[in-house]
Amino acid sequence: MKMSNNMKSTLTTLAFALIAIFVALLIGGILIQFTTEASMIEAYIALYNGAFGDLRSVLNTLWRSTPLILTGLAVAFAFKCGLFNIGAEGQLLIGGFVAGVAGYSFTGLPAILHVTICIVLGMLAGGIWGGIPGLLKAKLGVNEVINTIMLNLIALQITVRYGINQLRLEGAADNTPRIAETAELTRFTDTFLNDLFNLPGGVRVHTGFVFALLAALFISYLLFKTKTGYEIRAVGINPSGAEYGGINVSKNIFLAMFISGALAGLAGTVEVLGTHRYFTSGLDAGLGFTGIAVALLGNSNPGGVILAGILFGALTQGGMGMQFAGVPREIVTIIQALVIFFMASLQMFKIFIEKKRAKEVAK
Amino acid sequence: MIDFLAQIFTLSMFFAGLRMATPLILASMGGILSERAGVINIALEGMILTGAFFAVWGSYTTGNPWFGVLLAIISGMALAAIHAVVSVYFKADQVVSGTAINILATGLTVYLLQILFGVSGTSPRAVRLPQWDIGIVAFNPMVYIALISVPIIWVILYKTPWGLRIRAVGEHPQAADTVGINVNRWRFICVTLSGAFAGLAGVAISIGEGSYFVNGMSSGRGFIALAAMIFGKWNPLGALGASLLFGFTEAIALRATFQHIPSELVRTLPYVITIIVLAGFIGRARPPKAVGKPYNKGER
Repeated sequence: MKMSNNMKSTLTTLAFALIAIFVALLIGGILIQFTTEASMIEAYIALYNGAFGDLRSVLNTLWRSTPLILTGLAVAFAFKCGLFNIGAEGQLLIGGFVAGVAGYSFTGLPAILHVTICIVLGMLAGGIWGGIPGLLKAKLGVNEVINTIMLNLIALQITVRYGINQLRLEGAADNTPRIAETAELTRFTDTFLNDLFNLPGGVRVHTGFVFALLAALFISYLLFKTKTGYEIRAVGINPSGAEYGGINVSKNIFLAMFISGALAGLAGTVEVLGTHRYFTSGLDAGLGFTGIAVALLGNSNPGGVILAGILFGALTQGGMGMQFAGVPREIVTIIQALVIFFMASLQMFKIFIEKKRAKEVAK
Repeated sequence: MIDFLAQIFTLSMFFAGLRMATPLILASMGGILSERAGVINIALEGMILTGAFFAVWGSYTTGNPWFGVLLAIISGMALAAIHAVVSVYFKADQVVSGTAINILATGLTVYLLQILFGVSGTSPRAVRLPQWDIGIVAFNPMVYIALISVPIIWVILYKTPWGLRIRAVGEHPQAADTVGINVNRWRFICVTLSGAFAGLAGVAISIGEGSYFVNGMSSGRGFIALAAMIFGKWNPLGALGASLLFGFTEAIALRATFQHIPSELVRTLPYVITIIVLAGFIGRARPPKAVGKPYNKGER
């Protein structure tokens, strides 16, 4: 009986996700139809081709989805503990910044060691940035939403404004110096895959994508197979019940925010080590906020987050294709926002359905 | 030290601080209206951005900046109405809905900049609002509107039956419902009005102080206004004080030079202060009891 309810719930969520995506695309399409020279159909064909048209597009879709899967996981993990981490943006910046600085300041290390150090430091920095609001929530009961927003603004000042101004090379652009080769995450084009599949040029996907998948796997294991995961979920479902059941609520709130921040920090780290190869002022690009959409669409489950992350990556990559068809690619951002609205609004129907089901059971 | 203080406490620094506080004052008044009625409004950021865009577009197309002001108010209210419908009537999570508004505004303003102006990044030059001279200094009209709005909101909240209803709806919706107040309608009205204030904040940063729209020009002011509101304990006078403090910090960071502290780090002060205040060193800020909770009639 319980199993079938779980199945039903998963199916309802999936149905809601599909409805949300469909309606968002429809409204976006109407906007395209009325404001641009291109027709809705043309635009979406260009979007599809841009995202999945050939091997290069598919691989770059995976590249774009890499940080989104990670920030999505970060938000989703905090959600599981009943926390709203709106600070993935700042945690990503701090993590990327620390990884970027470690990437160029250490030299002469073996690659495996250098990359590991950068990743650990980046995740630790993100974890601390998420842990501060976690600690304040756990110990003093301060709402994490406003504190994570404040820490976003502080991170922006410290890294993008102060950090880059202090560290950038003279006359150089808005970024810190380039990281050492030993700190780089390998692009797929530089691996055996290139000989095997004869990869086209311009493919930017790197091993960070593999890390994102591994992170999702690890989070899934942590949440559903370990005691810690059980406790975190219990706190998320009912904090006072969990406390009564002997679970240390404060500890788990802090831990959940720390891990969430570390995941967002990893997102920044892979962007620096794999994509840009330096810390740059445009690193965040709203990735932390899009992560909220990814987590919502993926129903806060690691598997769902991977799928949602790839979908949003496809939208971003496909947006480039649409640009050529004469549609500003920001339509993609609008569609992403609409997906959140519809996912969130469908909650009402979910509550309605659950109530109805409860009534039936009562009879 | 004396030199340093003399450098900070000048009249021109005071006026600069007031200019920078203006969008914060306006947006935080909007935030207070919304949150006092029980709806979290982290969407202020997006509404400011949209307001700034439409202020420039209205002013640019008609040559009359006041038409821009009107459009800014309408666009802010339109976005706020979406937030209200989704979070009040569809009972969606208010922070989620607010985040979506912010993402929507980022995309929409860049999209419209390309569609309506055919440019990306920065809009063409629009007609600026007149500067109203009061003898010693001239400010753009938004500064005066911001200063006047504070006592008005305070009187409405604490001295009128409307204010009583708004606060009741935010503190104890069940009780309000029992005495015949339409909870959801009041929430809808308050959230939508908050959009008007955020729209005016957008005017202040675009055609109030300059003549252009630049992508992402709200740059966190909506969030800072939110902090000012919390800092000021959801009270208009408190929020005014906090906004002024934040405005002055910004003015000082921009204009004063320090020997050892980089100005970028001075600009983190308001946010650090907010975190410390919230942690309870100055006194716990208590939000309206029902804030963030959708109201379901007939549920206990």
